[in-house]
Amino acid sequence: MAATRQRKPNASKEELLGYYRDMLLIRRFEEKAGQLYGMGLIGGFCHLYIGQEAVVVGVEAAAKEGDQRITTYRDHGHMLACGMDPDGVMAELTGREGGYSRGKGGSMHMFSKEKEFYGGHGIVGANVPLGAGLAFANQYRGNDNVACTYFGDGAANQGQVYETFNMASLWKLPVIFIIENNQYAMGTSLKRGSSTPALYTRGEAFGIPGEAVDGMDVLAVRDAAKKAVAHCREGKGPYILEMNTYRYRGHSMSDPAKYRTREEVQKMRETRDPIEHVRELLTLGGDATDEELKAIDKEVRDRVNKSAEFAQASPEPDLSELWTDVYA
Amino acid sequence: MTIQILMPALSPTMEEGTLAKWNVKEGDKVSSGDVIAEIETDKATMEFEAVDEGVIGKILIEEGTEGVKVNTPIAVLLEEGENASDAENAAEAAPKAEPKSEAEPEPNSAPKAAAEPKAPEPATLDPDWPADAPMKKMTVREALRSAMAEEMRADGDVFVMGEEVAEYEGAYKITQGLLDEFGGKRVIDTPITEHGFAGLAVGAAFAGLRPVVEFMTFNFAMQAIDQIINSAAKTLYMSGGQMGCPIVFRGPNGAAARVGAQHSQDYAAWYAQIPGLKVVQPYSAADAKGLLKSAIRDPNPVVFLENEIMYGKSFDVPDIEDLTIPIGKARIWREGSDVTLVSFGIGMTYALEAADKLAEDGISAEVIDLRSIRPMDTATVVRSVMKTNRCVTVEEGWPVCSIGSEISAVLMREAFDYLDAPVLSCTGKDVPMPYAANLERHALVTAQEVIEAAKSVCYR
Repeated sequence: MAATRQRKPNASKEELLGYYRDMLLIRRFEEKAGQLYGMGLIGGFCHLYIGQEAVVVGVEAAAKEGDQRITTYRDHGHMLACGMDPDGVMAELTGREGGYSRGKGGSMHMFSKEKEFYGGHGIVGANVPLGAGLAFANQYRGNDNVACTYFGDGAANQGQVYETFNMASLWKLPVIFIIENNQYAMGTSLKRGSSTPALYTRGEAFGIPGEAVDGMDVLAVRDAAKKAVAHCREGKGPYILEMNTYRYRGHSMSDPAKYRTREEVQKMRETRDPIEHVRELLTLGGDATDEELKAIDKEVRDRVNKSAEFAQASPEPDLSELWTDVYA
Repeated sequence: MTIQILMPALSPTMEEGTLAKWNVKEGDKVSSGDVIAEIETDKATMEFEAVDEGVIGKILIEEGTEGVKVNTPIAVLLEEGENASDAENAAEAAPKAEPKSEAEPEPNSAPKAAAEPKAPEPATLDPDWPADAPMKKMTVREALRSAMAEEMRADGDVFVMGEEVAEYEGAYKITQGLLDEFGGKRVIDTPITEHGFAGLAVGAAFAGLRPVVEFMTFNFAMQAIDQIINSAAKTLYMSGGQMGCPIVFRGPNGAAARVGAQHSQDYAAWYAQIPGLKVVQPYSAADAKGLLKSAIRDPNPVVFLENEIMYGKSFDVPDIEDLTIPIGKARIWREGSDVTLVSFGIGMTYALEAADKLAEDGISAEVIDLRSIRPMDTATVVRSVMKTNRCVTVEEGWPVCSIGSEISAVLMREAFDYLDAPVLSCTGKDVPMPYAANLERHALVTAQEVIEAAKSVCYR
């Protein structure tokens, strides 16, 4: 991990409580999704975000209304963090009518025009030029919105990522490339798949500034994202943020995770957990009481349980849905 | 309330598994994320983590048990303030309901046609413009250029992007003058980066702009085909109708002349298979203009296949204010009674030439230009074959799974009783395109082959 964790938070109690609530919502939501998967209620691929919560919550803290976001298939956290309804997300996971895509997209394919969330893409690296296209539209329209484009350490080796870096820098597109380096491209560790491990330097040949960020520290993420967003809004072109983070669960649900040790995972959970970090900042600083945090825990748990109930009660899509939305 | 811990499904295909090992015993306190058991699935041994906090009240399935069905209760978790007798009660409670799997009617009653936008009125000999419209000679090149210019004047969200489209004015001069009129913001030279700029343009279309992406040739679009199919064509469906992708991918397609195997390929059949895409391949200048204008206005992704050899050919084009041709409507070029020739794009040159020669031999051929490959106006073809009872298809693409194969299947299904001869397909030969002039001529479809096929189905 690159940076050291902040001990003196430059964040108000309200801000910290907000980050705590948002990260916990993702954590509990993903745990519930894992449970529903175990019960056979969610099928296919299901990639959980547990461990990486600080990345998306920190970036969202730097975004404004109108900014867009687009990501890969590990996307539930991004949807919750930008304010999409947990009911609609969970019901899409169960393939029900109440899901964001009415059951036609699944875990990897959800969208919200309202929240400027552009998916949810299943082909590794393919969402990167799409994100630059969102930024292109911002520039074309002359607004100051920024397109937050997330991808993983594995995608960072795809050719189209570099095609995109070139165009984004050439045309000074307002796009932040957020590399969520969770250390493993499925089962291949970074050093087994990347000739150079410092992914934030991958834009150097194109003149794109990059920065390594402690992706387990929501405040470090937020501050780096603020800097990148300002850079984009000033018309200076793209910015790369390499978020060093860690996923606790397997690549997808059926991953036995033989490529890393149990101890490695346990150590990260015990010493680097992003949610525990904020909890400590709140309690050790004396800002928040146990009762306040417990109340948030309960609120979040209730919200997630409600979404799980909704996702099971919502009916399967009508068979006529098979034939709709092929053409506009 | 006690919580039943159920045997989890740990892979998309798992129905039962072995409870290999318990990592906790009754009375142990667990919190979310603790590994409580190891379970062997059909693929691997997986660690099973607790979701809820509590105390293990009772273990219901001993370790080492094989064939434990998914969703069987395997343990009981007690929450704060509960005791072992609660666990006993919970263990006796009926297991949770199986995920439902009630019989459902097969979806064969659902309307198949919904996936195919319905073709407009069936084609007739009448053109798609007023009969008294003044006509003007125009090349296909100028027709395409003027279609883009008119649509760019009408809608500020339309822009053109591709290699050499701006300062060079197009590798084949299709974008001539556009940079001068519309400026660099809307006529954009890209680096040589098909995969990247196709994806970027799709992203811009998601955001509501209307990109016209020029591929210098469609051979290079193979580098971008993932973005065309996986991103452009499927997103409307995957988003339950929320996200549109109004985009045109256009450029020369098929063989030019003597450019070898990698630069000579017809992609009509490739793209025709993709639900969510519309595919257009015009022959005449009027259709090129009217169809391109329709494609730019269409809310769906349109693959617009041109042909280098056709760019310089002149046709009569109606000189009217706003010429549009509906996508999905064929055109009958000449009426006939003995055999139907169906083609599209440059294939029409062979079909029309053959029809002239066949007339000299007393065979009256009806010639249909499909114009759109998807949706395909099969109704016009079927109606014609009901009259002529014979059909020959003509295309430059390869024979296997060709557009001709598709038409043949449609006719067998919808006009079986009307056919007096098998449907024959005239196609490019089933080889990569050779370079030598004589071999290349032989690899392409020829008018002579069409004539022979037509005579053969007429038993002449």
